[in-house]
Formats: sequence, C-alpha cells, structure tokens
Amino acid sequence: MAATTQFRTCPTTGLKIDLAAQSLIKANAVAAVVFLAIGGLFGLSIALTRWPEIHLLPVDWFYMALTAHGLDVLLCWIIFFEVAVLYFASAVLLNCRLAAPRTAWVAFVLMVVGAALTNVTVLQGESSVMFTSYTPLRAAPNFYLGLIIFAVGALVACGNFFGTLVIAKEERTYEGSVPLVTFGALTAAIIAVFTLASGAVILIPTWLWSLGYINHIDPVMYKLVWWAMGHSSQQINVSAHVAVWYAVAAILLGAKPLSEKASRLAFLLYIFFLQLASAHHLLVEPGISSEWKIFNTSYAMYLAVLGSMIHALTVPGTIEAAQRKLGFNKGMFEWLRKAPWGNPAFSGVFLSLVMFGFLGGISGVVLGTEQINLIMHNTLYVPGHFHATVVTGTTLTFMAVTYLILPLILQRDVMFPRMAQWQPYVFGLGAAGISLFMMGAGTLGVPRRHWDVTFADSPFGFEFPSAAFMMLALNGLSAILAATGGLMYVVNVVASVFFGKKTADKPMKVAVPVSTSGQPAAVGAYGSAGSLNIPGTITLVTIFFVSFVLYYYVNWKYLAEVWPLR
Amino acid sequence: MAVTPPANRLWWNEPIHIVELGWIVIAFIWGLVMFFTMVYWHSIGEQNLANETYKVVPQSFAAKAEAMTEKYTVRDEVGIPVVRPPPGSDVYLIARIWSWWPILELEKDQSYRLHLSAMEYSHGFSLQPVNINIQIQPGYEHVLTITPNQSGKFGIVCNEFCGFGHHTMVSPLYVVDRS
Amino acid sequence: MSEGGTPGTRQTSGGPEKERIPFWQRVCDNHFLLLFIGVTMPTVLYILWGVMELVGIPVAPQ
Repeated sequence: MAATTQFRTCPTTGLKIDLAAQSLIKANAVAAVVFLAIGGLFGLSIALTRWPEIHLLPVDWFYMALTAHGLDVLLCWIIFFEVAVLYFASAVLLNCRLAAPRTAWVAFVLMVVGAALTNVTVLQGESSVMFTSYTPLRAAPNFYLGLIIFAVGALVACGNFFGTLVIAKEERTYEGSVPLVTFGALTAAIIAVFTLASGAVILIPTWLWSLGYINHIDPVMYKLVWWAMGHSSQQINVSAHVAVWYAVAAILLGAKPLSEKASRLAFLLYIFFLQLASAHHLLVEPGISSEWKIFNTSYAMYLAVLGSMIHALTVPGTIEAAQRKLGFNKGMFEWLRKAPWGNPAFSGVFLSLVMFGFLGGISGVVLGTEQINLIMHNTLYVPGHFHATVVTGTTLTFMAVTYLILPLILQRDVMFPRMAQWQPYVFGLGAAGISLFMMGAGTLGVPRRHWDVTFADSPFGFEFPSAAFMMLALNGLSAILAATGGLMYVVNVVASVFFGKKTADKPMKVAVPVSTSGQPAAVGAYGSAGSLNIPGTITLVTIFFVSFVLYYYVNWKYLAEVWPLR
Repeated sequence: MAVTPPANRLWWNEPIHIVELGWIVIAFIWGLVMFFTMVYWHSIGEQNLANETYKVVPQSFAAKAEAMTEKYTVRDEVGIPVVRPPPGSDVYLIARIWSWWPILELEKDQSYRLHLSAMEYSHGFSLQPVNINIQIQPGYEHVLTITPNQSGKFGIVCNEFCGFGHHTMVSPLYVVDRS
Repeated sequence: MSEGGTPGTRQTSGGPEKERIPFWQRVCDNHFLLLFIGVTMPTVLYILWGVMELVGIPVAPQ
C-alpha cells in the first residue's frame, strides 16, 4: 500500500503531500462549499421573511427553508469542511499517506448521499420539523435515514484520521509529538466521534419510530441525546477553527505558539469538558435537576471556558509575537496596524477571532447560565448567539483558510484576488450584524423559529415594541450583506477550482517556509522564549475580560427584575 | 511552529511565561466565580426554575385543568374561558395546537402554583414583555410557583415550533390589582 | 490513566535526550486514551446522569 502512494512536494512549504489525500481534501471542500451556497440561500430567504415589511415566504415554505437551512449549514457545510481539515491536519501536516483512501471515498459518497437524501426529503415538504426534529413532530423516514447515512460517512472519515495518526507514528513520519494544529484537529475528531455516535443512538430509534416500528419516543429523552449531537457538532467547529487560527498564523507569519504547553492544555480541556455544554439547551426543561444543569452547563466549573480563554490570549499573542519579530515593534499596536489586512486569509482569521470572542463567546456563557437562560431561551437571542459562533467564528475562518488551501493544496491561483480581499470584510460585517440584531430582538422577547411576530392571524395577538421590528429589519439588511459576501466566496472558490490557473511551481510569496528542517532566523525555540512582549494582546484581552464581566452581571440584573418564580 | 512538531521534544517541561500564567489563573478564578454565582442564586435569588416535575398522561392533565376552569371561570374571550383562581391555588395551563387554555387572570403580588403541560407536541411558554421562557413537554407536568409583581395585560407567546399554526399561538394573561 | 508514575519508556527517535517524558505529555501523545476520555466523560456526566434523572421522575398525583 505504502509503495503505491504517490506524493508531491509542496514548493512553498516543503511538505510532502499524498495525492490521494489532496483529491479527498478537494472533494470534501467543494461539497462543503456547495452546501454552504444552498444553505446560505435558505438563510437569506428566512431573514427576509422575518423582516415584517418584506415577509418573503409563505408559512409552509418558511418552515421548510428553516429546516433545510439548519441542516445544510450547521451539518453539511461544516462537517464536509471539517473532514477536509482532518485530512489536511493528519496526512499533510504529518508528511504521511492517508490511511485508507478508498474508505475515505466511501465515506465521502455516504456523506453526499445522506445529505442529498435528507435535503430532497425536506424539499418534498412533509418534513418541516426543524433541524432539531423534536419528537413527537414526525418527519418522513428518509429525513432520519439520510442523517444516519451522513453520520456514518462522517464517522468513517474520522476513522481515517485516527488511522493516519497511527500510520504516521509507526512509519515515523514526524518526531516527538504531533504539531499543535494536528492536536487541535484531534480534539475536533474526538468530539466528532462522540457527536456522531450520539446522533446515531438517537436517530436510529427515531427513524424506526417514523416507520412505525416503535410506538413512543420520550420527548425529553430525545432532546437530551439529540443535543449531545446537535451542540457537540458545534464544538467540533470550535476546536477545528481554533486549530485553523493557529495554522494560518503559522503559515502566514511564521507564528509560534507562545507555549506549546498552554495551548495544548487548552485543547485538552476541550476534550475533557467541552461536550458537556449540550446542556445549554435543556436549562428550562422540566424534569432535570439544577445539579445536573449547573454542572453540565458550566462544563464542570467552566473548565472548557478556561480553555477558550487561554486561546483568546495565545492566538493573538502568537500573532503579535511573530509580527514583533518581523520588526513591527513600535508602540502598542503597530503589529496589528501593519498586519497583512489585504490578505483575506489573515483578515478573515483575525475578524473571526475578535467576533467569535466578543460576540459568540461572551453571549454563549451568559446564555448558558442556568437562571439567565430563563430570560433568553428560544428567543432570537439564541440564533443570534450561534450565528456569532458558527458564522463569524467557524464559517469566516473556514472561508479565510480556503484562500490558502486553494494555492497550497488544490494548486489553483485565486481567480479574483480583489474580490477575495474584500470578501471577509463584507461577509464578516453582515454576519456580525445578523448576530447582534438577532440578539437585540431576542432581548426584547422576539421568539426564534416564528413566521409572523405581528400575530396577524391570531384571535388575540401581542404587540412587540417597535424597536424589535427595527432589529428584524436590520437583521434582514445584514443578511443581504452576508449573502453578498457568501456569494463572493462561493463564486471565487468554484471559479478557481474548476477554471483557475494552475499554481506556478514556485513558492508562494506570502507564506513563510514551513520546512521541518530549517527554522526562521532569530526565533527562539518557542514563541515566548526569552522575554514575552505582547502588550497589545494584553490590552485586547483586558478589554475582553472587562466586557465579559460587565455583560455577565448586567444580565443577572435583568433577571432579578422579572417576576419571582421558584 | 504550530504546523510542525514542537521543536523541544520535552515541551511539557517548558515554563509557561508569567503573563500567560497570570491570565490562566484569572480565567480559572472567573470560572469559579461564575459557577458559584449560579449556586448562590439558588439561595438568595428569586428567579430559579422549579425542579418539581411529574409524568402525566395528557388526558388526565386536561381533566385537572377542566376541573379548575369549571370552578373559577369569570368570563369568556373568543370562546376561551377566562379563569380567576384564588391566590395560592393550583393553576393549570394547557399548551396545545395552537392555543393556550384557559386564559388566566391572576392577582398582583400573590403566588400561584402554576402547572404546565402540553397535549401533543413541545411548546414554549414565553411570557411577554416580561420575557420569562420555559419549555413545555407533552407527558410532563411541570409545577412552579410564580408571583406576578406587575399588573396589566401580558402575552403568552409560544416560542417552540409546533407546526404550521405555531405563529398564531398566543394568548393574553391578565394580572389585576387586588380588589 | 493507570500508567501514571511509571517512567517514560518510549524514547525519542534518534534524539540525544534520554529524559523521561512527563506524564501529561504522554497523555497528550496517547491519542486513543484521549479518544476514550473524550467519549466517556460526556457519556457518563451528560447522557447517563441525564437519563437517570428522567427515569426517576414520579407519576403525577391525581
């Protein structure tokens, strides 16, 4: 097997790339982008429906589009792309062959078939049960079957990742420990195994129930296990995009982790505790004790939040340290001002880092506080929060790294470089708007997953404050902006992959050599060797911390003002 | 570099710089503070969701709600009875497609034992504009004690998707000053 | 994690250092141990504990 594996050597990084892994990365990334395009379009139509002045879709189409939107972007786009990241972080970064390319293709086909089956079933209109498909809402059997097939495919892909780690170790393609980025990908893969297994555990009986072989699925039991998939799948994202942050900083700026130990410890905390946060969705559920809720929602005393806060220092810290070593040493923020903002890989990653932390991270912890959840659960605040994490966080990061994958792995020049330069800003601004305005509307009580908050068809009605309708309009405008940014990305990627010029066989000029033998000059053994000088980052995290504490207690104050209940 | 194996084989033995260590300690302590804030609120806070829950057959929950409604109905709105149960009593609220039944009229600053359950699908109890949100499940009877501290007309919006009529599921809730 | 305390037996390939590898580093390098922990922790603390709570709910008094 090993003898038949063909490699090429990347002229920019010096990495040995298994051609089979390269094709698989390409296939999975392209599939991801296709589902992003489909899911994004559904998303736009939803935002335009929730804008009361436009109210685009009729009621049945709205709920159908909402179901498809969730499936296509939260599951398909993200997991296809993550599979590409897994193959990259194992085979490419470890200079190794992919464990079983044929099986990896089987996994890919299973995922495509499953995703297509579920999509088609949803579009037939009998399965508008939302992404969450809470029982006793019943979808057509193929809705569940498609998801099961998709999950099995993704599990096989994870198996390939683990297999590649084993082979790399046996064949000694690297020395010592795996690179930090691979360790982050490993974290994602471990969480993925739990996620997909939970998905299978709950979706298989639900499928049998929809076929009529099982009588009853307990709704709370369903919800408990379903969220072990539904929420953990978003924790795969967090681990994967943090790994990508480190990778982009390393490839573009030659950044080193400030300390391998701290960064890996942060990932280790993710492996141990991050998945407990599935409890965020069950905080106002009947029948579950506060002990369970408090322990799980806080990731066992916020130990996974500790992991995220470590990354919040070390990721910008590695960038600052690298920039200072390149000579951008003036004042507190020259390193940031003179960062490569014109390079979409950098701008996308940095915007994502800031917005994920400030918008997604803080709102997530607040929303996931047992009692505060009472004033936010199932309002638009919830989608506001997770659009900050999944869209400005994961999606923007994946978009950014695509601009590196295109030339380095897929060997295509980006076809429209000017458009690529603007793309992260347009998309990032739109996505930030979506998050903020939905959170704003949610604070005013507007429910999520609701076709008409003017209640025109209801005998009673209820009037939300006019500020809420303004938020919904601004959300619609932001969605148009984000969709424009999304289109700029999809068009550029598809055009580059299929019609782009083949990359010249010479090193790309933006990147720093990653060759395993040589190290960039005048760099210590690790990022913080000698004196660690990162005043800019310290300022940024201080601002972050103060905002976090203030926002957290402001929400306790809001809670204290509502009707007493116990 | 982050994309290559650690240069130092024994990377665990590298010291963590004081800046990083300081931040880790601060973040850890902040986590403990947030954790114990939740615990502490259970003893001093007035907004904690009750854990009292029973398994219930939807029909028998409906029967209890009907018995209460028969006793305390004061008027009728669009065919749905408005009930005014005495303070301190057990109040039953049914969530079903696509209405709340019955309509409640409560007294300000009085406590009620509110029983919530759903008939067929999950529903969401969203009291507006107060913004209290509680999940309601079929087969589960959730009992909580609420004390309205404002008077006026409020809305109960369903905020869990429950089919194509979901957007019509809203009902008033009245809180009146003590007469 | 029963291997704690025993000296690191794996040696670096060709590296000059013969130092013992610290315990936590060995944990980090043992990918299947991490997989085991990462799956077991949420299965026990989140799923099993949660299921036990739901199973223990009493039936409503009439």
